[in-house]
Amino acid sequence: MSTHDFSQTIYGRSRTGRHGYHISSKPVEAPRDIPAPYLRDEPIGLPEVSEPQVMRHYIDLSTKNHHVDKDLFPLGSCTMKYNPKVNDEVAAMQGFAGLHPEQSDADAQGALRVMHGLERLLAAISGMDAVSVQPVAGAQGEMTGLMLARAYFADRNISRHRVLVPDSAHGTNPATATMTGFTTQTFATGKDGRVDLDILKSVLDDDVAVLMLTVPNTLGLFESRIGDIVEMVHKAGGLCYMDGANMNALMGQARPGDFGFDMMHFNLHKTFSTPHGGGGPGSGPVACRSHLEPFLPVPRVVESDGKFHLEYNRPKSIGALHSFFGNFGIYLRAYTYIMRLGSDGIRRGSSTAILNANYLAARIADTYPIPYGKRCMHEFVASGETLKEKHGVRTLDVAKRLLDFGFYAPTVYFPLTVPEALMVEPTETESKETLDRFADALLEIAREAEQSPDVLHEAPTRTPVRRLDETSANRSPVITVPTS
Amino acid sequence: MPYTYHTDEDRKAMLAVIGVKSEDELIDVIPEKFHLRALLPIEKGRTEPETLRAMGIISRQNRPASHMVSFMGGGIYEHTVPSVVNNLASRPEFATAYTPYQPEASQGTLQVIFEFQTHISRLTRLPVANASMYDGATALAEACLMAAKITRRDVVLVPYALNPRYLKVLKSYVTGQKIEIRPVGMSPTGDIDEASLKQELNDRVAAVVVQTPNYFGALEKPWQYEKDIHAAGALLVTSVDPVSLSILRPPGAYNADIAVGECQPLGNSMSFGGPLVGFMACKQEYIRSMPGRIVSATHDVDGRQAYVLTLQTREQHIRREKATSNICTNQGLLATRSTIYMSLLGEHGFTELGRVCHERARRLAAAITACEGFSLQYSAPFFREFVIACPVDASAVVEAARKEGILAGIPLSRYFGAAANHLLLVAVTEKNQDEDADKYCDVLKRMSPAKVGSK
Repeated sequence: MSTHDFSQTIYGRSRTGRHGYHISSKPVEAPRDIPAPYLRDEPIGLPEVSEPQVMRHYIDLSTKNHHVDKDLFPLGSCTMKYNPKVNDEVAAMQGFAGLHPEQSDADAQGALRVMHGLERLLAAISGMDAVSVQPVAGAQGEMTGLMLARAYFADRNISRHRVLVPDSAHGTNPATATMTGFTTQTFATGKDGRVDLDILKSVLDDDVAVLMLTVPNTLGLFESRIGDIVEMVHKAGGLCYMDGANMNALMGQARPGDFGFDMMHFNLHKTFSTPHGGGGPGSGPVACRSHLEPFLPVPRVVESDGKFHLEYNRPKSIGALHSFFGNFGIYLRAYTYIMRLGSDGIRRGSSTAILNANYLAARIADTYPIPYGKRCMHEFVASGETLKEKHGVRTLDVAKRLLDFGFYAPTVYFPLTVPEALMVEPTETESKETLDRFADALLEIAREAEQSPDVLHEAPTRTPVRRLDETSANRSPVITVPTS
Repeated sequence: MPYTYHTDEDRKAMLAVIGVKSEDELIDVIPEKFHLRALLPIEKGRTEPETLRAMGIISRQNRPASHMVSFMGGGIYEHTVPSVVNNLASRPEFATAYTPYQPEASQGTLQVIFEFQTHISRLTRLPVANASMYDGATALAEACLMAAKITRRDVVLVPYALNPRYLKVLKSYVTGQKIEIRPVGMSPTGDIDEASLKQELNDRVAAVVVQTPNYFGALEKPWQYEKDIHAAGALLVTSVDPVSLSILRPPGAYNADIAVGECQPLGNSMSFGGPLVGFMACKQEYIRSMPGRIVSATHDVDGRQAYVLTLQTREQHIRREKATSNICTNQGLLATRSTIYMSLLGEHGFTELGRVCHERARRLAAAITACEGFSLQYSAPFFREFVIACPVDASAVVEAARKEGILAGIPLSRYFGAAANHLLLVAVTEKNQDEDADKYCDVLKRMSPAKVGSK
């Protein structure tokens, strides 16, 4: 354990007695009115560094990140589109950022207007009747959806226990089912990469509560039999949930409400351009049809006579999922984004995302086969299997080599239904030149695989660090700077 | 059109490579009947200046606490956000990156998380901390689910003075897993009634939740009943205000098993209550039951120090229905802000912060109790938040103060019914100056029984 060198952490830069920041202009004594057992009796152990040291330290760390403002970030199903800076400017306005959540509705009319307005916009985009912006992440949106289903069935005294998910589903779907007290049944995707009606029929019965489906699915394919799928589940008495992770392909083109879905979630950090922040904050609003509306989380924002207020008295509600009203700062950004795009820009955004993915797929498909066909929606899943068989180069090696070319890697080894999967989502904000550079890099890497496979095995070499020992980290994780 | 950049020539060339005639052809896999013929019923797009103007108008329909004299708390506090935090956290290198799946190109994010874990671990004096949770409420709910899994038991004991919004979230989270929540009473001094707690302890209890300071600002004494909790085979789950840990006894020092809390006060804006950022820390033996992302130190093939996501087999993308939680994203950017905040304040600044908050709160409490008819409701020690009993309805005090640009606090009737009509929850931070306290007391003096009676 002592083999680690923590001198380059903020703790390594600490010198006892150095003060980086003062709260008070004069010394403050320890409290004398709080009895000793309540008080901390030894130092916290935080570092002692100067303000310039803090700046340089975190600037140095920041240079070790790839990010979408630097270059393409083709992570499939994550929709790493450009994050417009005007969104951040709006979120930082004091009228929004300085608002305390316990202030009266009268003091927060602007904020409530945005909440209400965004719910209306998302309802229009999804073709659903009602929206709650409260869920703070996609996974929490899924959780909300399944809780709505549970409450809906309980309200009707119906007992159903199973949630169906196809084998291409995101891991959050089955994990959410467990968390909300359902059991997951996974069923195989059909030969064309889509839901097969016969397979679906074989798993449908009166114990099925919900079918969870990602549309387009994680292979980047639209579920062309979606109307029949939803109808079958409804006939069996179940509800249909749409995982909206891939909504960037649909917005302005088609609406989940029209497909017949009962509920869905959005990922504002994907489809609506809010920054991913190195892993959050996200935002996962849930939209539903009117039969599920009574169960939505509280509070609901309600308009009457041009005034907005928060309403808590909803007896059938599933309750609350967040301390307050969800990730307000994130939905401000999404609201601003939709305002910028408008109905015409929304449609142009999704059609361009689809164009970009298809173009990239067409450019590389001869070298990286796309098992379910190169025509796709906003993303596609290629396979590195031929490279592996012919040259002993794995998808992992291709991904690492892409980092040397200055790109981030696509999502790899997911979905599990494609061997050596490379899931690529370029998004609509990339230019043709960038897409060409990326396609050229992939083709060059395939040539390297043939001529000098070791270059790939040893990649990356141009990143701040090279491949990592993940095994020993898993065996005996070291997750803090040890106290000396 | 905003944020798409192809020229007409680009589009034509791309369609030719794909081998289709039009972009419409690319979506003909969507059944005809589902195609939207018309544009959505949403306004047309706006330019950036038009958008800023429209949003500026909406923002001015709010009257933010930051423009008033504010004594609002209840889990969200207005602290100074150092310029360094805003400057660094707005860097796109942090803001526009994503989950560090490719660690070689994500060392910045990974090391920040590692430092966050270290800060939290030292604050709580518990050896293990994760990369953050959605907020303090969900962190508490996840901690209770975690305790239920560890102990294989199904009851969680919850004190009366738990933040009522946390309780609501906890209820939503546990119902699917058939976990029962049972209340523990409060003593007249404002902290946990130990007899009530001991009475509720039995072999079904998975966790005892202790929030300290509790919702009423009172400090709890978990060290007095920690042994009883553990003797009953339950876990001690504490929900703590990280700012209070600058001067107060940390959870690890009284044998807490899991500690959770809200990091909004550490360098993040109030932003109408979101986004927030929760933390979770625990004892070493529970690391594999913990939800959320965890970063470990490691080395690269050349022996260089590096950082990587670890123990991912707990997580949903590997473990699917057997995962410890469905949580996927953490609150990366807010955790980054809190990390920088704690690094900058450091040992000295953070201790000073706690002392200043407490000293100002103590002085305000003294000034308020000097106002005729006003008193402290509870006698237990407090950190920077306390409940005052008013001679009139607390909401009347709030309304009178609001007219003068003062946010007087949270009327407790909002959560605790008519019996709490006269109670007001008041919070103080380093931002509240002595003259703020004077203004506040001027309002109270006008509400005192003598004045009201003489009208």
